[in-house]
Amino acid sequence: MSAPAPMLALALRMLRRDWRAGELRVLAAALVVAVAAVTAVGFFADRIRLALELQATELLGADLVISADHPLEAARLAAPDGRALRRAEAVEFPSMVIAGDQAQLASVRAVSPDYPLRGRLRVSREAYAPDAEADGVPPAGAVWPEARLAGQLGVAVGDTVELGDARLRVDAILTVEPAGGGIGVFNLAPRLLFNAADLAATGLVQPASRVRYRYLFAGEPDAVRAFRARIEPALGRGESLESVGDARPEVRGALDRAGRFLGLATLVSVLLSGVAVALSARRFIVRHLDYCAVMRCLGASQRLVLGVYGLQLGLLGLTAALLGGALGYLAQFGLESLLGALLEIDLPPPSARPALLGAGVALVTRLGFALPPLLHLRNVPALRVIRRELGGPGGARLLSYLAGAAAMAALIWWQAEDRLLSLYILLGAVAALALLAATAAGLILLLRPLRHRVGSTWRFGLLSLTQRAGTGVMQVMAFGLGILVLLLLGVVRGDLLREWEHELPEQAPNRFLINILPEQVEAVRAFFARSGLEAPELFPMVRGRLTGIGERAVSAGLYEDDRARRLVEREFNLSWAARAQPDNRIVAGAWWGEGEGGGGDGAAELSVEQGLAETLGIRLGDTLTFRIAGADLRARVTSLREVEWDNFRVNFFVLTPPGVLDAFPATWITSLYVPADRYPVLNGLVKAFPNVTVIDVSAIMDQVRRIMDRVALAVQYVFLFTLIAGVLVMAAAIHASLDERVRETVLLRTLGASRRQLLLGLATEFVSLGVVAGALGALGAGLIAQLLASRVFHLAYHWDPALWLIGALGGGLGVGLAGVLGTRFVLNTPPMRALRGL
Amino acid sequence: MTDRSQYPVVEARGISKRVSSPEGELELLRDIQFSILPGEAVAVLGASGSGKTTLLGILAGLDTPSAGTVLIEGADLFALGEDGRAGVRREAIGFVFQSFHLLPTLTAVENVMLPLELAGRADARVQAEQWLARVGLERRLRHYPRQLSGGEQQRVAIARAFVTRPRLLFADEPTGNLDLATGRRVIDLLFEINREQGTTLVLVTHDDKVAERCTRRLRLDGGRLRGDA
Repeated sequence: MSAPAPMLALALRMLRRDWRAGELRVLAAALVVAVAAVTAVGFFADRIRLALELQATELLGADLVISADHPLEAARLAAPDGRALRRAEAVEFPSMVIAGDQAQLASVRAVSPDYPLRGRLRVSREAYAPDAEADGVPPAGAVWPEARLAGQLGVAVGDTVELGDARLRVDAILTVEPAGGGIGVFNLAPRLLFNAADLAATGLVQPASRVRYRYLFAGEPDAVRAFRARIEPALGRGESLESVGDARPEVRGALDRAGRFLGLATLVSVLLSGVAVALSARRFIVRHLDYCAVMRCLGASQRLVLGVYGLQLGLLGLTAALLGGALGYLAQFGLESLLGALLEIDLPPPSARPALLGAGVALVTRLGFALPPLLHLRNVPALRVIRRELGGPGGARLLSYLAGAAAMAALIWWQAEDRLLSLYILLGAVAALALLAATAAGLILLLRPLRHRVGSTWRFGLLSLTQRAGTGVMQVMAFGLGILVLLLLGVVRGDLLREWEHELPEQAPNRFLINILPEQVEAVRAFFARSGLEAPELFPMVRGRLTGIGERAVSAGLYEDDRARRLVEREFNLSWAARAQPDNRIVAGAWWGEGEGGGGDGAAELSVEQGLAETLGIRLGDTLTFRIAGADLRARVTSLREVEWDNFRVNFFVLTPPGVLDAFPATWITSLYVPADRYPVLNGLVKAFPNVTVIDVSAIMDQVRRIMDRVALAVQYVFLFTLIAGVLVMAAAIHASLDERVRETVLLRTLGASRRQLLLGLATEFVSLGVVAGALGALGAGLIAQLLASRVFHLAYHWDPALWLIGALGGGLGVGLAGVLGTRFVLNTPPMRALRGL
Repeated sequence: MTDRSQYPVVEARGISKRVSSPEGELELLRDIQFSILPGEAVAVLGASGSGKTTLLGILAGLDTPSAGTVLIEGADLFALGEDGRAGVRREAIGFVFQSFHLLPTLTAVENVMLPLELAGRADARVQAEQWLARVGLERRLRHYPRQLSGGEQQRVAIARAFVTRPRLLFADEPTGNLDLATGRRVIDLLFEINREQGTTLVLVTHDDKVAERCTRRLRLDGGRLRGDA
């Protein structure tokens, strides 16, 4: 007995033959384009994300900052072997700055020559005047105060100030300090920057003084990562790492949303590609049923059949993964050169993840969608060679789609940065598919009697649709899902991004005023009315230190986390409000009702910001004790709030109902928009109300706005790629029914149907499919968009009925056109040749 | 090795085949019993629906009987598993089908090579080319099935059936899809090679003229064996 054939050789040979015969082209194209689209979108989104993170590091002045309350030994700060990390240092402490008879508390910072490592310092010659990029750091013997400090001290460029034992010259007014982060905006004493060379001369750094040593690092991402991995576990008491998120909740918020938008685009392309691959794999399997029967008849074992086709599909998937990955990689460079100038950022080199994702799409979808039918192929009875009706794809089809869908879901889950987003997309897709299948099946049932009542051309189309019910349902599902994700991305690209940008309008607040005394509130309002600027809304603010959670006394020593320790060490800003601000969302508990919670009968109520609660371990129902101006306030946490920090409105970590804080001294705070040409008004304000502090947040805001702009642009272009994946799905869906359609059409032509009749028949079929799929897809897109807007992006979105119209019309037109174009060759080929071409 | 000429090549022992249909249980074959000796050419005759094709499927181990069994060269076909039966086919049996069953993506020569390749034979191409020359298609080696006429396709199928030098050949209405003249030439070729190779032939047909050329005729009627001559 002869040995069974070597499987791999046979598989390769069969693959080559199938390829040469043109059998694999659509499947291979679907795979390659799917991988390319996923990879390109993945690479691009990934690089934008990395670039945004990098840009955001400018707010920190570095990629990574180690902050400590004592100097660190040089050995610990050395870069990992062979890696280049740039380093700069700043020594920071509160100190009185004296000019003549004026003295002001300032946050002074002595900096090394390379400071900062990311972003540039900006200075001006006068307070609140146009600024320019600074050339390095203050030279030895010079200081750069920020405008409000200069105002408070009454000094200008050229004057001298005393800092400890040193007398230093005011050289410029500091307007932007990228590395200003790390200190809460509202705790900020005004900044004074000077050269580290003068530090010793001030005599201010003594063993007992409150000094923070900041070590800044920047370099290639992997070098930074390696360094972080080494230093993080070795951090001791009083030492902490800072990254952008710790420094700026506004920027973190914007980055998070940016990441979600880009993630959504990637997800959608994965989903679309998966559908395209599933559809083309199905056709491959159906066409190879006969092959298997013949091979079994010629004596091939089940193992051999399984092996040959398994290897074939595996090889195909692998090749497509490599080719598609390479194409995707190249395509994103194209995207970069196209967008580079518009984006105004240097994109960092891509990471390997998107390539893995692309390969994952090829292999996982391959495996998921093809394995069950493949296992079924193994069981195709050889008898099929004499009885063709036997061993059709049958029940294996459903199983294969379920398995494939599960594989897709696993892939999406694995790649997801944002689990919630993935969950909604997956649930949405599953629900939409179920809805599409049910509606399509129902409609086809309803259409069945209709075909006897319409003209002959319509009849061909409807007949075709109702006869091939299974294929029809499958096509509605594919078209519907394709249209759904395209519309969804359209909504995201248009409405949701616009909504986001609306949250930070041109005239978003760029200045905060703090320290307004209660008796000044009316006068400040009047000042703005006189100056022609819009009067801002003022909020009360009471400062208190958290001293107890429940019965437990709170102290910095209780916390390992450095941020928690800093929060406990400093004073909180408490405020009161009758109603929650519109951008606050209650995530646990309930907001107090009108006139309730004031503590008249029971304990006073508190609403705490969620992030703060997590950091400090505060739970709903806890009673917190605050020490305010020498007295204790005890109140119970009755709600946790999520705050959108990236819209630059005044927000508070802790709120009480009105009345609770009446006994405590309050100051007032506000944020407002001051156009650049009205900055001098602020000088007048500071003169009129010397105790009021003006804080400039425009640098941070610009950063957030740049992130938004870039994401909007990137999503637009990524949309194009997703469009390609969408077209691919359409092509695959049309191609999937090609064999049956050719047989039918040839039969009808042989029976004497005219070209025009057939064309109209095809058009009828595809337009009906498209309208149904489009309408359902639009419904799904609207619902998912609504869900994403409210649950993931926290943006307002109102379902636009026009979407439904666009879906139905666009679907009908698009699918009709694509369908007719895709199958038209059947009409232009002599019937016999068309049949033989199968 | 046993002397195969002592045993019947095919032995049908009490084969019955029942299937369930919407109208209740249907008996396609009932208690079929016969044996075929080496070198015989046996025609299985009968009208449409008489059970010819069902019988052929069971004899070749493509289908399973409801009762009874088939011995091929003394070995019980249905005591073997599905893969065991495939092994018997690879080893001993060739097929020619009514609708040719050439693989559309394989050229003529590759279609003929396939059974040899499945058996792991290294000389597949040489053998296949020789056999295509034998059926007169040496100029059609690289044509795809769709580029061949029906008669040519069936000649490729005959080459494929004989290329493994089977001891037993099953032919299911080999001329059923061909016109009269072409059909006659194909049948001539089939008998000629069959004689040359000393192959045992089991041929399903409803054509009495074709049946005449066989050494023996089994007639099926309503699933029963009505005549053996």
